[in-house]
Amino acid sequence: MQTIRQFFRFTLGSLKIVLRGGLLYWTWVICLLALIGTGIVAYLHQLHGGLGTTSMRDQCSWGLYIGNFTFLVGVAAAAVLLVIPAYVYQWKPIKEVAILGELLAIAAIAMCGLFVMVDVGRPDRVWHLIPYLGTLHLPSSLLAWDVVVLNGYLALNFVIVTYMLFRYFRGKQPIKWVFTPLVLLSVPWAIGIHTVTAFLYNGLPARPFWNASILAPRFLASAFCSGPAVLLVLMQLLRKFTRFEIPDAAIWKIAELMAYAMFVNLFLLGAEVFKEFYSNTEHLIHMQYMFIGVDGHTAIVPYMWLSVAASIVAFILFLVPATRRNVFTLNLGCALIYIGVYLEKGMGLVIPGLTPDTLGEIYEYFPSHSELIISAGIFSVGFLLFTLMVKVATPIMLGEFRSESSDAPSTPAA
Amino acid sequence: MTATAGPTRRDFLCAVVGCAAAASCTDPTHTPFFRDHLLEMSPAEIAEMVARMEAEYRERFGRDIKVGTQGPREGVQFAYALDIARCVGCRRCVYACVDENNQSRDPQIQWIRVLEMDKDRGIDFEHANPYYEADEVPRQGHFYLPVACQHCENPPCVKTCPVSATWKEPDGIVVIDYDWCIGCRCCVSACPYGARHFNWREPTIPPEEINEHTHLLGNRPRPKGVVEKCTFCIHRTREGRYPACVEVCPVGARKFGNLLDPNSEIREVLRSKRVFVLKTELRTYPRFFYFYGL
Repeated sequence: MQTIRQFFRFTLGSLKIVLRGGLLYWTWVICLLALIGTGIVAYLHQLHGGLGTTSMRDQCSWGLYIGNFTFLVGVAAAAVLLVIPAYVYQWKPIKEVAILGELLAIAAIAMCGLFVMVDVGRPDRVWHLIPYLGTLHLPSSLLAWDVVVLNGYLALNFVIVTYMLFRYFRGKQPIKWVFTPLVLLSVPWAIGIHTVTAFLYNGLPARPFWNASILAPRFLASAFCSGPAVLLVLMQLLRKFTRFEIPDAAIWKIAELMAYAMFVNLFLLGAEVFKEFYSNTEHLIHMQYMFIGVDGHTAIVPYMWLSVAASIVAFILFLVPATRRNVFTLNLGCALIYIGVYLEKGMGLVIPGLTPDTLGEIYEYFPSHSELIISAGIFSVGFLLFTLMVKVATPIMLGEFRSESSDAPSTPAA
Repeated sequence: MTATAGPTRRDFLCAVVGCAAAASCTDPTHTPFFRDHLLEMSPAEIAEMVARMEAEYRERFGRDIKVGTQGPREGVQFAYALDIARCVGCRRCVYACVDENNQSRDPQIQWIRVLEMDKDRGIDFEHANPYYEADEVPRQGHFYLPVACQHCENPPCVKTCPVSATWKEPDGIVVIDYDWCIGCRCCVSACPYGARHFNWREPTIPPEEINEHTHLLGNRPRPKGVVEKCTFCIHRTREGRYPACVEVCPVGARKFGNLLDPNSEIREVLRSKRVFVLKTELRTYPRFFYFYGL
């Protein structure tokens, strides 16, 4: 009973925190709400007119939505994987890093779900994916597996974060034997979600560009770059605006690890490029479409080179100690990594994989306005969700937002 | 198909969701929102669903569309063979298929895609041209390769569908339940033959052009947002007739029949001609053979 009362107070208190903020906070929130609003309008239009409002067609039947989905699965996975270095290097705010990572994972998975919802032709039938009510096609369909692991991951992170924050709220430490196994489970699970998502593409021999066993490792490598890039920026913001103490060393360490991840990412890409261009089989055409263009079809070529350039520059910035310790170059590197991986996963994976189509036709896909607006809306939902969650979580972690009844000395548990 | 003993999934869902859904469950002219997977429905439930479907079509198109549910026949395994030495690329099969199978006219959906290829390159999809002018055919130095669903023995589309909305029937026809498909397009990505087509917009057909002879798993009018493809004219072939494309072909390049019948035309082709299938390396084992008859 007391727990329920406390949870009620927790909810009410959270609401108050969310509604309290400076000009910067409100500008940010209102901008996001405006983008969400336009996104909803565009989505209603798409719902009414059908997916013909997008640029996708039979020849290239996945596009920006599924690209974003793939990118965000990577963000969700890598956010939690930050727990590993936090443990290995014994950073002081280890639990805080884990909580922030998990909040980011929750926001990213929520966006993933929305991107799938806007991509399917019959959102009214997604209940067919629910076991017993529908017919989830296990074990043979990889998308079915993805539904399982992503929802499991969402639930897992949600449970961990709620548990830990609620314990802090009540002025208690999380019980070690409760949260440690859960956090440890979330690490392989994070690798799992990105691997299964990679297999979703990988398991389609009709698409030689995806049917390469290097795909899952490449997914993980690129995720290890993009996920921490978001968290690095967030950590600096928290440090600036709250009493959060995050040592420089931790930030520099993350940047260094990202440099290694980016090296692996570029190396794997290079291995792929070599194999395709040197063997010069009919499968080369997809990579040709990506980097050179085929018969004057060059819609995505500049973006792909931008992606490679951004990734290489970021790699150098994070590799050189002086530049990763400089605030400006560090954040520039984060932005470049974000751009590099986003273009590579968002466009560079899906579009060349489907172009030319299986009968050799080249249909140049480029996202329509409505796709861009809807995607911006979904990203705004994610950013808003993340902002609100961090806004509530931060004072709890700092001990500023506590249940009143817990003024009594808190006993560190077990 | 098995009859469910206890309350069905649909009953359960209708009870949970309450009056709004219940109203749609009892409205005789609408397919209920909640239902079971087709393969789990009893014949009586299917009959009831088909009756609603026909009423709905009557309301929408003002036509008496008959939705057949004829099942596979014992001892029948369908297969197709196409003589690429005869095919002249006239695309009559494409349009006959559109008419027969109620494909959307706007936006255009065509289940058969005819590729024009260079004779000196052989079968080379990279250099194929699907947009040649059909009134100039056959063009010097070219041959024509019509491609539709290959009704694979080992269909990658079926494997990848997250909700089992597509499956291979016992007579070899790969079918889709348009009312179960969620429109995720995994099958479109998985199909090596570009055979699957998505309804990007609400399909439209002038009511007077609708073919009233349809099948539940075949050419009945489709909703937007789902995938469709060739069904070997399931509404005709399960009644012992030829697919429309076989009948219309002016040069007799198309052969169709029962693989299990030793006297069938398809067996004669397999016996006397050198046949091949597309993309052998993918081990999809198509039930659609190509051969050089001349």
